[in-house]
Amino acid sequence: MSTNGVERKRIRLTVNGAPVERDVEARLLLSDFLRHELGLTGTHVGCEHGVCGACTVLVDGEPARSCLMFAVQADGHTVETVEGLATGDDALHPLQRAFWEKHGLQCGYCTPGMLMVLKAFLAENPNPTEGEVREAISGNLCRCTGYQNIVEAALEAARLMRQLS
Amino acid sequence: MKPARFVYHAPTTLDATLQLLAELNVDAKLLAGGQSLIPMLNMRLVRPGHLIDLQHVSELAGIHERDGGVAIGAMTRQRQVERSPLVAERIPLLAEAIRHVGHLPIRTRGTIGGSIAHADPAAELPGVLLALDGTVRLASARGERTVAARDFFVDILTTAAEPDELVREVWFPSLPPRSGSAWLEVARRHGDYALVGVGAVVTLADDGQAVAAARLCFISVAGRPVQATQAEAALRGAPVTPATWREAGALVREELDPPADLHASAHYRRHVAGVLAERVLELAARRAQEGAGR
Repeated sequence: MSTNGVERKRIRLTVNGAPVERDVEARLLLSDFLRHELGLTGTHVGCEHGVCGACTVLVDGEPARSCLMFAVQADGHTVETVEGLATGDDALHPLQRAFWEKHGLQCGYCTPGMLMVLKAFLAENPNPTEGEVREAISGNLCRCTGYQNIVEAALEAARLMRQLS
Repeated sequence: MKPARFVYHAPTTLDATLQLLAELNVDAKLLAGGQSLIPMLNMRLVRPGHLIDLQHVSELAGIHERDGGVAIGAMTRQRQVERSPLVAERIPLLAEAIRHVGHLPIRTRGTIGGSIAHADPAAELPGVLLALDGTVRLASARGERTVAARDFFVDILTTAAEPDELVREVWFPSLPPRSGSAWLEVARRHGDYALVGVGAVVTLADDGQAVAAARLCFISVAGRPVQATQAEAALRGAPVTPATWREAGALVREELDPPADLHASAHYRRHVAGVLAERVLELAARRAQEGAGR
């Protein structure tokens, strides 16, 4: 398909449980697709070359940098963003609750990426050590907290999620 | 940062992919996991006219036992390799080293073939392939050929693959009996590119008291992964003692000629290479003695 000579491709994917269908330019990054096409601005864009981790989302349940994927690559796949975590205003995900209670954020820029990588990590390792948590978030940069409270929040979230399961 | 325009192709068979590659040649780049290519596209360091996405080419994925080793399809994600019980059992050096590749959200997308084809001199997987004396299977519309790791890696981001060839599969041989392997690296932070990394394979003599053969390969010390051939030669027949590993470390410092960059000086890299050589050989030999096979 072509508009003004720009080739567009139709993609169909699932985002936070809902089907999505759009015509996109091939060079559109998944991060920009989520933010600009779908209005899901919870996915933050930091470095745009895969270093900072702020744009981390889940693709088919696995954490991935949405700035290192084109939207066309997500065709047929399932994407989860930070907007999909809470089930309602008063129903924060245990990870979000733990970040709130343990003061796991200051400016909040890195938080969506932290939450998404930890969601996948805790699903696979529900009872992690502090060292394992530090390794899990090693690809996510935070310039405010010094990480200490993020690690505590992750361990608290793991406890909360074990109680719920 | 946005990539320049390109035409996107998503072939579903290997034949169709090779045909496209033959037609488009140098104007096309292959998109595997994209964890190195997409940053380069975002920064417009590369501006291909066409991008060929390999994710739907099912012939390129999978982990299989073959010819006394393990063959891994190019599009197999690094995370799948990391989780594979077959790799853990048969190619423990690969299982050990792959945990150092980037971070978890990089390895979920990054592929084994992409890393090998990209040939970053600081990347772990090319170093593992050379340490194990593995091979790369290349395919093009003209046919297939197999290239040994020692011939495949030519220089920084440069391999023996022609513009119309793709990396189809990578083959890692299993260790011989009485052998152990180990991977060590020094990086500023976990997941960073290594300032120096090293993989070792030590095979012991029948009595377990001497080294029958050793392989020692470094990353991040040259434009491609390098084998410390002088240290390897000196290790042949040497007793399994701390002095042997120390001497090998000293030889490594003489034989390597690492570059300086803003991350580390040449002097520092050479020093670290020697220290890591000593430690990695000791570890590999101990694993060989314990019969851990690692």
